[in-house]
Amino acid sequence: MSAGSAASAPVGAADSRTLAPLGRRLARVVASEELGPYRMIWAHDAAGPADPQPGQFYMLAAAQGWGAGSDERPFLPRAFSFASVRPAAPHDDRAETALGGPQLGFLLEDVGPGTQRLAALEAGEGLWLAGPFGAGFRSAVDRTVLLVGGGIGVAPILALAEQLGVGAQVLLGFRSAAHAEVARLFPAAVELATDDGSVGRHGLVTAPLAEALETLDAVAEGSAGRGAQAARERPAGSGHPVAAPLVQACGPPPMLEAVRTICAERGVEAQLALEAGMACGFGACYGCVVPTTRGYLRLCIDGPVLDGRLLEASALAGAPDAAARPPGAARELP
Amino acid sequence: MSATLELCGVALRGPVLNASGTFDAVAARRAFGDVLLERFPFDAFVSKTITLHPRAGNPPPRLWEAPAGLINSIGLPNRGLDGFLAEDLPRLAELPVPLIVSVMAAKRDELAVLVERVGARPEVSLIELNVSCPNVETGLVMGADPAEAAAAVERARSSSAKPLIVKLTPTAADPAAVALAAEAAGADALALINTLKGMALDPRTGAPWLGGVSGGVSGPAGRATALEQVHAGARRVRIPVIGMGGIASGSHAADLLAAGATCVAVGTESFRDPAAGERIGRELAALRSGGPGAEPSGTAVSAPVRPR
Repeated sequence: MSAGSAASAPVGAADSRTLAPLGRRLARVVASEELGPYRMIWAHDAAGPADPQPGQFYMLAAAQGWGAGSDERPFLPRAFSFASVRPAAPHDDRAETALGGPQLGFLLEDVGPGTQRLAALEAGEGLWLAGPFGAGFRSAVDRTVLLVGGGIGVAPILALAEQLGVGAQVLLGFRSAAHAEVARLFPAAVELATDDGSVGRHGLVTAPLAEALETLDAVAEGSAGRGAQAARERPAGSGHPVAAPLVQACGPPPMLEAVRTICAERGVEAQLALEAGMACGFGACYGCVVPTTRGYLRLCIDGPVLDGRLLEASALAGAPDAAARPPGAARELP
Repeated sequence: MSATLELCGVALRGPVLNASGTFDAVAARRAFGDVLLERFPFDAFVSKTITLHPRAGNPPPRLWEAPAGLINSIGLPNRGLDGFLAEDLPRLAELPVPLIVSVMAAKRDELAVLVERVGARPEVSLIELNVSCPNVETGLVMGADPAEAAAAVERARSSSAKPLIVKLTPTAADPAAVALAAEAAGADALALINTLKGMALDPRTGAPWLGGVSGGVSGPAGRATALEQVHAGARRVRIPVIGMGGIASGSHAADLLAAGATCVAVGTESFRDPAAGERIGRELAALRSGGPGAEPSGTAVSAPVRPR
C-alpha cells in the first residue's frame, strides 16, 4: 500500500466540509437525557458554526474531572458525531456572550472512563468542544436514500434523518427494546430490528436493508422495462422515475461490513461512517488510520464517512477488538 | 509582527514551536480553513519527519491512552522526499512562520540526499535530523551512540549549509555525551526530548496492543524527564537547545527555558487543543512580563516549600 496517496489528498471530489473554529472552546451543557442505556448530552456551542454536516464529529472533554477516572484517565478528548443540531434556546446563554451558535446533541453510552465522565455531566457544567471535524455524509439530490443505523451508531443517522425530513427510509438495529428507545427521536417512522426480538423484527438490520434494495430493484425493473442495473446507472436528475439508490450507514463494524457487502453485490453506492480511537481529530496524530484501497486513510480528516468501494473487509475488521466490542465502544481508546 | 528572538540566525516572533509529527499544517488547513494562516499557533513550523522513500506507517492500532499521556506507534507515514517536495512543501511555504523540515534515514547516504535536496529549497529555513524516533527499527541507531551520531551529523553537515537541528533520543545511555558529539560534528542546535519508549498490552489477551508492538510515550508523563535532560544538555553544549516534553502551559514552557532552552516545542497538548501553541505562547509572554494573566509562581514564595 502506498503512503504517497494516503498522506493528505482529499477523498471526495469537492471538499465542502463545514470548517471548525481554530482551537477548543468551552460550551455549556444545557441538558442530559436518559434514553434507555444511552444518554443524549445537549450543549450550547455559542462559538461554533450553526451548520455542521451530518457525519461530522466533535472532540469532547469535560471541563472538570477529566483525568479523574481510573488510571488517571481520560487524558485525551473523545470523538463523537453530533446526533442533532438545533438553534440555541434563549435561556441557554446565562451571561455575557451574545446569543449565537447551535445546541448540539451527542448520543453516548458509558463504556469507559471518557464516556463515563461525559455521561455524568449535568446542566450548567462546562464541556470543551473542538470541531466540527471530518468529512460527513454527502447529500444526494433526487435519489432514493436508505439510512441504516446500528446501536450507538444511530447518532449521525439521526442528524441525517433530521436534515432529510420524511424523504428517507430509516432502518435501525439495536440489541434490545431498551436500546431502541432512541428511535423515538427520529422525525418519522423507522423500521426496527433487535437482536432479541423485544421490539421490531427479530434479527439484524441488514435483513430489511437487503429486502428494501430488492424492492427498489423490482420497482426499477418494472418502470424501466430493462435491467435494474442500467436504470441505476442513469445519472441522478435525469428524469428517470427511480434514481440510483444510496445507502448511508453507521454502526458497529460487523454491521458496516454486512452493509458494505450487500451494497457491493448490488452495485449500490454506500457511504459508511466508521470510527476509530483518535487522539486529535484534525489530522495531526495519524493515529486513526484504516486500511483502504488507497492505502491508510485518517478517519478524522479523510473520513469518518468513506465510500464503501474504498474499503475491504479487513478495514472493518481491522482493529483486533472490533468484533468483540459493543457498538460505540471504539470511540473509547482502550 | 516583530521578531523577538533568533534561532541559528533565523528570526522568530516567539519561542514556541511544534514538536515534529504532532501537527499537520496541511490537514489542519482542511479542518480550520485560512484562519490557520491568520492565527498560526506556532512561531516556527516543524514538519512531520520525511524519509527518502514513501512509508505507509505502522498497522493500527496506533494509540494507547496512558496515565497523563499517550503511547503512539505511528511509524513515520509520509510521502517520501519527492512527494514532500512536490506536494507538501509548496503548501507549507504559505505558513506565516519559518519552516523547519524534519528528516530521517537509516543510511548515511540516504541522509545526505535528504539534507541536500531539502536544504536546496529556499522555503526551508532549518533542517531537523531525527536520530531518535523509537518507532522504527533503525531509528535508535544513530541517536543512541555518540560516534554514530557524530558520523551522521558530519555527513549531513557536508550536504547543506542550512542550520541543522539534531533531535536527540532520551533513551540513549548518555544523552549528554550524544549532545556533545553532535555539537562537535557541526550541529547548530539540539532538540530534546523525543518520546520515551513504552508499550501497552491488550487487557483481554495480554498481547501487545499497538500494531508496532512498542511505541513512544508523550505528554505530561515525560515532563520531568524532559526538564532533567534539557537542564543537563544545555549545560554541556554552547549551541541552542529546543526543549520539549509534556508542555501543557506557559509555566511548563518557562521551566524548560529556565533550565537552559532557547525555544520550546508543544506536542501532545495540541491533540487536546488545536490552538494550544497559541495559548502557551500567550501564557508564557504574560509570565515573563508579570502582567495580567501571569500565573502565580512558586518562586515568589520565600520558603522552599512546594505549593500544595
